[in-house]
Amino acid sequence: MADYRQMWKDLGMDLELHDQLCEVLPTAFGDVYLSQEDRPESMDYYNFVVSEIHGVRPAELIESQKKGGKVFGTFCVFVPDEIIFAADAIATGLCGGSQFWVPGGEKVLPTNTCPLIKASVGARLEKTCPFFRIADMFVGETTCDGKKKAWEILAEDVPIHVMDMPQMKRQKDLDAWTNEISIFKNKVEEFTGNEVTSEKLSQAIKLINDKRRALKRLYEFRKNENLPISGKDVLLISQIAFYDDPTRFASMTNKLCDELDERVKNNISVFTAGTKRIMLTGTPMAIPNWKLHHIVETSGGAVVVEETCTGTRYFENLVDETKTIIDEQIEALTDRYMKINCACFTPNTGRIDDILRLAKEYNVDGIIDVNLKFCNLYDTEGYFVERALKEAGIPVLGIETDYTDQDAEQLRTRVGAFIEMLSNK
Amino acid sequence: MYNVGIDIGSTAAKAVIMSEDKKEIIHKLLMPTGWSSKETADMVLNWMNERGVNTENSNITATGYGRVSVPYANKVITEITCHGKGALFLNGGDCAIIDIGGQDTKIISIENGVVSNFLMNDKCSAGTGRFLEIMANTLGVSLSEIFNLAEQGEEISISSICTVFAESEVISLIGKGCSKNDIACGVVSSIANKVVNLCGKHNSRSESYFLTGGFCDSEYMCRKLSQKLKKPVVTNQLARYAGAIGASLLA
Ligand code: SF4
Ligand code: SF4
Repeated sequence: MADYRQMWKDLGMDLELHDQLCEVLPTAFGDVYLSQEDRPESMDYYNFVVSEIHGVRPAELIESQKKGGKVFGTFCVFVPDEIIFAADAIATGLCGGSQFWVPGGEKVLPTNTCPLIKASVGARLEKTCPFFRIADMFVGETTCDGKKKAWEILAEDVPIHVMDMPQMKRQKDLDAWTNEISIFKNKVEEFTGNEVTSEKLSQAIKLINDKRRALKRLYEFRKNENLPISGKDVLLISQIAFYDDPTRFASMTNKLCDELDERVKNNISVFTAGTKRIMLTGTPMAIPNWKLHHIVETSGGAVVVEETCTGTRYFENLVDETKTIIDEQIEALTDRYMKINCACFTPNTGRIDDILRLAKEYNVDGIIDVNLKFCNLYDTEGYFVERALKEAGIPVLGIETDYTDQDAEQLRTRVGAFIEMLSNK
Repeated sequence: MYNVGIDIGSTAAKAVIMSEDKKEIIHKLLMPTGWSSKETADMVLNWMNERGVNTENSNITATGYGRVSVPYANKVITEITCHGKGALFLNGGDCAIIDIGGQDTKIISIENGVVSNFLMNDKCSAGTGRFLEIMANTLGVSLSEIFNLAEQGEEISISSICTVFAESEVISLIGKGCSKNDIACGVVSSIANKVVNLCGKHNSRSESYFLTGGFCDSEYMCRKLSQKLKKPVVTNQLARYAGAIGASLLA
């Protein structure tokens, strides 16, 4: 990695603690990623982005700040990036996916908080992640209870705007979300000093749609019987999508897809015949959480689709690009975003429909319903998910896990047995 | 060719040498796992060699949590699949298996001769052999004694679901002068209740249960479980070898 120590120092980071993180990441990445055989060459770009994860992109963000640009840090796929980019600002995802940050979060949060929240709070308060230092403003949402209260704690340390997210999807709730996006727009305009005009918003809508199209194109390859790319690699790409420059991300991902087109023509698969096709559904997997994918893909399975916020929920459905008046554009945003089916909503039957549809589209052999420990919402909803799958005759395995490695062997047994079970069917 | 199944569990290692036609168990071994699964695996190999069985004249499958520590195995299969196969062999037909292991408890449904679904308890020792071991220690009795005591006792409820808390609860019950029999009965019931909850969650279609693992000697445990589940629970003397038997059948 190039030398970014001065930059990290200027960001007020805890260098000593951060060094520990820098030490473990490359090993973890090597074990999980570089050990894979026959990876597409175009993965080099993403390898590079990860190897310089706390360097290259942070440096770009700082560069834009020097020119007067603002950076917004977000934690949920409901927050419309379009508004941020339309104000010539940059949005970057901030969800923490490493156990490294959890103890820092536990200093202020109850132990029975989900690791995603603990890691995110820890990363900020312990000053060990440049992205959490760089963001000028954090954008929270009133999704789950854990997050709601965490914003109050973070607000003591960093400016934060909280979007009031509806908990149901009636017309009055959709209207409320439209209103909330308008409020957000005003806030962003005020904070950046830039007006969000309808032209700018049009461009931003196109920009983010292009990113979604690239991801969709990538996911299409996973519907093939011969899988030209591993699930782990796609997960990594999805994770990077949250903080990379959207234009560059879309173009690099399209380039990768061109390579995958060739692979498909030549019937190349990165898995041996008979590998079981697995869908993961449940809570998000923030970078560098590669745990379950790694276990599945080293136990005779291939992850072919994720019905998660770091999967299909992130890119499915586009925002209508034909609107030219601000109010209509904002309504178009509401239309698209309110199609995301998160367990924060009641009822959330749309998610079950999505899972059943994706199971067909990706021709899955079995589904793993994975929940982060202490995520009450997804855990409770698991009851309906697993019941619906049983009714549909799709084998399902429920798993609860966190960011530690303590349960790795237990998980290996469960996942291994699940895949053996699918093989004997 | 012999068929060998080696099940290295968290507390005990089991091995079975099965005849070529996979119908007859020729030898079986039960020993504590000890600290190192690797050493245990070496000892199993010695035991095989003493009986004229070696890596040349046998197919070997390893299972259990130490399954990756058996370098001479030809196949590695999870204990869930092996338990299913082994219990099917012993029971002679489809059933739901309750396996109370040293570290985890699992319920496995067998339909049409194959595993159709399974459920494992969470990372928690309540409802496992480990729980009983700790409680027997606290009561100052051996594992076999605790069942005998329990049989003569009246059930008192032990409400803590966490092993650590349950231990202090048992200590305070002893302090209060409750009879050992009643406490033992409470301890065994607490495990049974946890297992029954797991069965409820698993929701097997099967009409009967088959108990495998270390508790299979206890007729009392079977009766207790059967009362609570309102379905027959049967077992077999060889049921603690179910994993190893299954592994040998899959070798
Ligand atoms: S799971 Fe729900 S709350 Fe979390 S990022 Fe997704 S949409 Fe937002
Ligand atoms: S995983 Fe669940 S508990 Fe954690 S932030 Fe998302 S919704 Fe909240």
